[in-house]
Amino acid sequence: MNRHLISAGDLSRDDAILILDTAEELASVEGRAIRKLPTLRGLTVVNLFYEDSTRTRTSFEAAAKRLSADVINFSAKGSSVAKGESLKDTALTLEAMGADAVVIRHEASGAPRRLTDWVSGRVVNAGDGTHEHPTQALLDAFTIRQRLVGGEGNTLSGSGADRRGQGLDGLRVTIVGDVLHSRVARSNVLLLSTLGAQVTLVAPPTLMPHAVETWPGRASYDLDAELRKSDVVMMLRVQQERMNAAYFPTVREYRRRYGLDAGRMALMPEHAIVMHPGPMNRGVEIAAEVADSDRSTIVAQVANGVTVRMAVLYLMLGGAGEETS
Amino acid sequence: MSEEWLIAGASILGGTPTDIHLKDGVISEIGDNLAAPGATVLDARGLIALPGLVDLHTHLREPGREDAETVETGTRAAALGGFTAVHAMANTEPVADTAGVVEQVWRLGEQAGYVDVRPVGAVTVGLNGRQLAELGAMADSAARVRVFSDDGFCVADPLLMRRALEYVKAFDGVIAQHAQEPRLTEGAQLNEGEVASRLGLAGWPAAAEEAIIARDCLLAAHVDAALHVCHVSTAGSVEIIRWAKGRGVQVTAEVTPHHLLLTDDLAGDYNPVFKVNPPLRTKADVDALREALADGTIDCVATDHAPHPVEAKETEWAAAANGMTGLETALRVVHKAMVETGLLDWAGVADRMSARPAAIGRVPGHGLPVAPGSPANITLYDARAAATPVDPTAHASKSRNSPFAGMALPGGVAATFLRGTATVLDGKVTR
Repeated sequence: MNRHLISAGDLSRDDAILILDTAEELASVEGRAIRKLPTLRGLTVVNLFYEDSTRTRTSFEAAAKRLSADVINFSAKGSSVAKGESLKDTALTLEAMGADAVVIRHEASGAPRRLTDWVSGRVVNAGDGTHEHPTQALLDAFTIRQRLVGGEGNTLSGSGADRRGQGLDGLRVTIVGDVLHSRVARSNVLLLSTLGAQVTLVAPPTLMPHAVETWPGRASYDLDAELRKSDVVMMLRVQQERMNAAYFPTVREYRRRYGLDAGRMALMPEHAIVMHPGPMNRGVEIAAEVADSDRSTIVAQVANGVTVRMAVLYLMLGGAGEETS
Repeated sequence: MSEEWLIAGASILGGTPTDIHLKDGVISEIGDNLAAPGATVLDARGLIALPGLVDLHTHLREPGREDAETVETGTRAAALGGFTAVHAMANTEPVADTAGVVEQVWRLGEQAGYVDVRPVGAVTVGLNGRQLAELGAMADSAARVRVFSDDGFCVADPLLMRRALEYVKAFDGVIAQHAQEPRLTEGAQLNEGEVASRLGLAGWPAAAEEAIIARDCLLAAHVDAALHVCHVSTAGSVEIIRWAKGRGVQVTAEVTPHHLLLTDDLAGDYNPVFKVNPPLRTKADVDALREALADGTIDCVATDHAPHPVEAKETEWAAAANGMTGLETALRVVHKAMVETGLLDWAGVADRMSARPAAIGRVPGHGLPVAPGSPANITLYDARAAATPVDPTAHASKSRNSPFAGMALPGGVAATFLRGTATVLDGKVTR
């Protein structure tokens, strides 16, 4: 494993599988009465959030606390430069506090990478601008593996023993929506490809990244054609600010061409699942009956987020924890 | 109090070694074994003599941002880079959009005395792109402004651009355009392409530069006026300029040293020292720019020296200022990118870094051949010096934002003479 987790591209196949397997291990702890492990006792994890994201912050917070780490939530909303102190000065403050790991969410792409120059602790990217969100990709991979790998599709029971060590080889994953601005898409393309999945991106041409042909996987503008050959369909959130910026004519037209409703879901193979990183725009990219269907893994993704983030913190900080105890 | 020098054994434009006698501010004599009993002798064996370099595009930051650079520190950096004249861009605080401000900058240059400072006047009041500044007043001022630019901003309004091009014909002026279509580059951070897509940085499409250049070439042709294109950065821009020149349009163009050497993949670690506008492009663009500079489609090299204080670059990429220092590395970069590659010889370097920019900027007394009777503006360059890593902390510029930090560049400026007075000797400023 690298010292920091900035990009899903930093993870080798072995690294990624180790994280998923560790998460399986930790998930079995979740079932027990005592849900806390002493592994990171005495270590400090700082959640440095420049954007509002209750779901990601609380997920990291729960993960760190279940490993007995001390958690400091450092909320720094708004531009770091326009008002208040610079990212560097904040980093030096955290350094002085003795942060062993900094989990950073920032509106600027690359802010976590910059942070690694200024702190000695580990840095975990919890979403940076339109760049990446690697722990989201890890929890998505974990969820896909849980649902579609091993055990003949019998997903919710069992210890996960027959999935361990496995990737996502041959699975067809279709990611749909605002790929251009999506950090979730970037991280998933890299990670899922590393794990052997075939990734297809579907978006209106205005929301497809430039030079997408250099990315792993392929791109398409035709959702219906891709749905028929997908094992996983991952819907991306359409941000409010894109809706009036000429990326598409109207929300209505977007929904018609790229939204997933019950009729479209029926085109998918029977075993295929529907994912969404949340928060959803019900009625825009995903219809309520799809979000609430039993093919939807949206709630499972949230639950898995905690265990996968526990695995990341455990693997990145576990060694340091042993030294200090 | 005029200095008298005998530069012994210099190779003019890389030619056969000869002696150059500087007296009363001019080159009095050139020949072998010259006798000049009153002169200080400078042993220039192995050094190349070039006409003093002229920069069409320098940000000296004064007035207003003296924390980044002053006329004094910026012109000292210029002399160390082998320059004898620089054009000071107008985006100061206050903006150089009146005769008062351009005269102030010009006087500060005179007082510093390292190089001739030629202020560039803003095209529009406050660089706001709406109302023409008093271009004639700046032209008639003591600063004798001939180059006008809203650099940093594009004169995007086509009608205003047309009027500006026409208006300055009355005093032989030229509009230097920062070609950037503003709507196509809202929030843009890095060349739109594979690297920006991967890094999640908003793209700056080549078409946003090319569209403005094409439009301006058509306007310049229509009103028969002079257009200069700042910091050309794309292969497509080169094609458009080549086409326009072929049709007889009065268009000239510059390229920066950094666009001749660096590419967008350097942004991979989000280090904003590589953030600049226009952005670093691809290898294909670099190759096209080098070829265009060699064949004359691009007339000259201009540094776009853009000093910034440390805190403007020690940030996340999107929050960082655009720009790179360049005066002290320009000739060495051109040496590496153009001479070592065989694309230009030293005569070509003299043309692209002295004669052509002096002609475009209408700079009297600069860019003339190293020949008897010319003003003694001379740069002595040691092309044999082994490549050494660039150390921005050793620079005379107040700022440290050199993208070449740590990069090994060949050569070094040994001496610079401004009208017969040494501003730089042994690679150090004389005062």
